[in-house]
Parts: sequence; structure tokens; C-alpha cells
Amino acid sequence: MRKDQSLGEYLFSQGVSRRGFLKFCSATASLMALPPSMVGRVAAALESARRPSVIWLSFQECTGCTESLTRSHAPTVESLIFDAISLDYHHTLQAAAGFAAEEAREAAMRENAGKYLLVVDGSIPIGNPAYSTIAGISNLDMLKESAANAAAIIAVGTCASFGGIPHANPNPTGAVSVSDIIKDKPIINVSGCPPIPVVITGVLAHFLTFGSIPDLDELGRPKAFFGQSIHDRCYRRPFYERGQFAKTFDDEGARLGWCLYELGCKGPTTYNACATLKWNEGTSFPIGSGHGCIGCSEPDFWDKGSFYRPISAGLWGSREALLGAAAAGAAIGIGSALAARSRKKKAVAEEAKSS
Amino acid sequence: MTLLDFARGPGLQWSLIILIAGVLWRLGGTILLNARKDLSRPRHKGTLTDGLKVIATRSLPAHQFEKRIRFQHFSGYAWHIALFISVLFFAPHIFFFESLLGFGWPGLPNGIILATAAIAVAILIALLIRRASHPVQRLISNADDYISILLVIAPLVTGILAFAHVGARYPTLLAVHLLSVEAMFVWFPFGKLMHAALTFPSRFQAGASYGRKGVRA
Repeated sequence: MRKDQSLGEYLFSQGVSRRGFLKFCSATASLMALPPSMVGRVAAALESARRPSVIWLSFQECTGCTESLTRSHAPTVESLIFDAISLDYHHTLQAAAGFAAEEAREAAMRENAGKYLLVVDGSIPIGNPAYSTIAGISNLDMLKESAANAAAIIAVGTCASFGGIPHANPNPTGAVSVSDIIKDKPIINVSGCPPIPVVITGVLAHFLTFGSIPDLDELGRPKAFFGQSIHDRCYRRPFYERGQFAKTFDDEGARLGWCLYELGCKGPTTYNACATLKWNEGTSFPIGSGHGCIGCSEPDFWDKGSFYRPISAGLWGSREALLGAAAAGAAIGIGSALAARSRKKKAVAEEAKSS
Repeated sequence: MTLLDFARGPGLQWSLIILIAGVLWRLGGTILLNARKDLSRPRHKGTLTDGLKVIATRSLPAHQFEKRIRFQHFSGYAWHIALFISVLFFAPHIFFFESLLGFGWPGLPNGIILATAAIAVAILIALLIRRASHPVQRLISNADDYISILLVIAPLVTGILAFAHVGARYPTLLAVHLLSVEAMFVWFPFGKLMHAALTFPSRFQAGASYGRKGVRA
């Protein structure tokens, strides 16, 4: 895409029809919970938008977030929008290497100061800067330097949003999230391990349309995508209401599509759009494939006990402590009764002596 | 640690420890207390049957007072039954008991659970208002009565709110529900909620004693 080309010109040059483009705009407006009257504005804004400069930093991550966005089966409008942005630095995708790559980042920061979007995936190790470096620069320094003149930051994936798996107990690298470090910039957390591609492009589309960040929940995630729990939108919900639960992954209940709550599904406590947007071009999502939600878009999902333990089962560990409590309670009860008997006996003896 | 993590983890563990230790402490201490020796000649030898008989007879309103206490008596039954259905037959509760006891049982559809919980709350609130407004009941009630009733109402109300997702996000509502249950667990052994463990042993004891003395009960 040429630098002077608008997003609309680029999409139409790639074979996207006007109908297809408007369909995407309607879907995006709907996803962002905007009224139908806003579709025209979304279309006009996206069509005329110039390429926003995007710097994508990858820190302690597995590249799953990038894979999620780039490995679609066929080019979609979402992926074309991703192509259309001026991805000035992404060390997984860029052709440049070494000094040339770092120069590209510095040039993008200089030329687009105050206007570029900073996308971060991966957590930042603060235990020791040497745990993760790029071109000899620690992740912490690179984040601070790149965030200084960014218009906004999109923390892509649970690692960048909340620390993710590197942050899991015992957190050997001292991994933290973007929002733990950067306090003076608007940050949009697009959590998920990985996040849903259309959520990433939806946030980009919102930024291109309105030049601002969408409404966020208390965890800094776009409400339009993270406003409802998986459980609330799950197609298996009626089975939950009727009290019909799969007991194992291959029993009759599982084959009939019954609720996976008993098998540890974390859908009720997980906020994400998997149940509605789904994955692989809207084909399915984990619960649709027969496995419970593991709650990957929530903070510390890795440290909330077994993925296969029902939410209501608690996290107290073992029954030994409760048996110990029972023994201790019984011992104290017996002890107090014996002490009372002894006091009584003594009082009776004293009374007999005095009379 | 989030509020829900605390409620599912240490909060639940410690409240259960206090509940179990406290109940056994009070039960053991009460049952093993040395009762005063009765030196009179027993009028009746059927101590066991006398005890069991009084457990049954005291479960129905006394004829003399039946008209005056009918509402109190049967509304008490109604909310207790509604509470037990809500607690014991809601599927997520069963999974909790299963994790604790190692076995579970079939549950009921959520609609029934929601209805029984709402019935229990409505009756409890009516009884609470009655207790606070009736001159005699108010006179014989102390803080323990009000705290105990409120600690039973709280898990029911928070449970309904969590179920209906009203007022806050589900994880927060679930955490508040669990914390209200844990508050009840902690209070249980030391307040009047302990009647759940002491009612039948004390009725049995009274029945056995009455039987020995030849008192009609």
C-alpha cells in the first residue's frame, strides 16, 4: 500500500466490493455497540483514513497473538485493514533486521510523534532486564521509550494486558503488564490467549473512525467485546438452566452438547466475545469444540486452580485441613466438658466439706 | 488476589475450618457435660422412645397455642424447606459438596431453585418484620436473633443477585455471595444458628428427662 493511499482506496484496489466494505462497517458498528445511524460515519471515516503508523513490540510472548491475527484462512477485510496500517515495526513480520529494524522504529517514532499507535504483545520482565532484550535494549526501556510519544497503546493478549503466563506463580522473571508500567497514556487491553482477531481490528477500526479509544471496562478492555461473559452468550446455557451437565468429555451428555460447568468451564467468570464472534472465520470456539472455557482473557487465569475443577468447588486445596479442624474442635469440646466436670466435682466436694 | 480468589480460596477454607471446629467444640462440650444426677425413682424406663417421641411432638405446634402460632410455625417450616432445596439441589452447590464430600446427587432445574430461594427470602423478611414489630417477640429477641436471620438472608439474596447477574459483574456477585456464606459459617457455631445442630439432641434430652419423671410431653 502506498503511503498516500487512503484505507478505502487500498481496500477497493484489493478487490473488496463496496457492498463487502459496507457489510464490514455494519458489522464493526454493531460489534462496537454503535447505533445503525453510525454505520455511514464508520464507512466514511474508514474509507478516508490515512495509514496510521503502528509500532508493534513483542516482549515475553509466544507469538500466538500475531499468529491469531495473521493466520486467517483467507484474506478478510479485517486482515486487509491490518495490512493497510503502516506497520513500521514488528520484529516477527518485518523484513528488516538488526540496526535497520531499530532505525525503522526510531524513524516511525520521530516522524509520527504523538500520532502513532503502539501495539504491545507479551509481558515485561522487571526482575532482571536481561531476561528479555531486543537489539540489546531491555523490554522495559523499549516500552518506556516507545510509549513516550504514542497516541495510544493497545496491549494485545493476556500477557501484555495482565502479565499472562509469564506472570504465573512463581513469576520467575518478575513479569508485569503494560499498564503496570505506563500510567500516562490511554491503554486498551485486548486480552485473550490469544485474542480474537476481529477484536484487534475492531479496536483499530474504532481508533481510525473516531480518533479515540472505545469505552473500556474496569480491566481496561473494550466493553463492546468484553461486556458480557462467555456463559451469558453460550449456546449451551439452556442446559445449565435445566441442570444438565456433561460428567466426562465423552459421555452421553457431552455428545448431546450439555453444559461443561461440572468439567471446569470458566465461562461464567470470563468476559470475552468468543461465544459470539468465534474463531476460524466464525467456525467455532473452545466450548463449541467440547472443551470448557479456561478463562484465558482474565487476569491470572493460570493461577486459579485446575482448568477441570468447577468454579463452585472452591480452591481450599485439600480435605486434610478440614479433618484437622474437626479433630481439633472435638478435642477442644471434650477438653472443655472434662474441665467443666472437674470444676463441678471440685465445687461439690468443697460444698460437702463446708457443710 | 481478587475478591473472588479470596472468597474461593482462603476465605472458604478458614470459614469451613471455623465452622467444623466450632460445631464439634460446642456439640462435644454440650453433650459430654455432666448432667445433674436425678435421684428420684424413674417413672418410666423407655428413655430412648421418650426422647424420640418428643422430637416428633415438638415438631408440631402444641394444641393449646396452635391458633396463635400457626403462621409462625408453618412459615418456619416453609422457609426451612425452601432453603434446603436451594442449598442442596442447585447444581453448582452440589459440585461444591461433591468436592468436599467426594460424592454428589442429582440437582433440580434453576427455575425451581430461583423460586424456592425467593420464597425463602420473602418469608424470612416477613418473619424479621414480625419479630421487630411484635411486642412479645421484640422483647425476647436479642442481637443474636437479628444477626442470625440477616446472615441467612444475605446468602440467599446475594445468590439470587449472582444468578440473575444484577447489580455488578458476575465474579463480584459470586465473591459477595461466597463471602456472605462464609460469614454465616463463621457465625454459625457461636450464635443461634447452632440450633441446627442442637435442636434434635436437646429435644431428645428433654424428652428422655420428661419420660423418666413421668411428665406428659
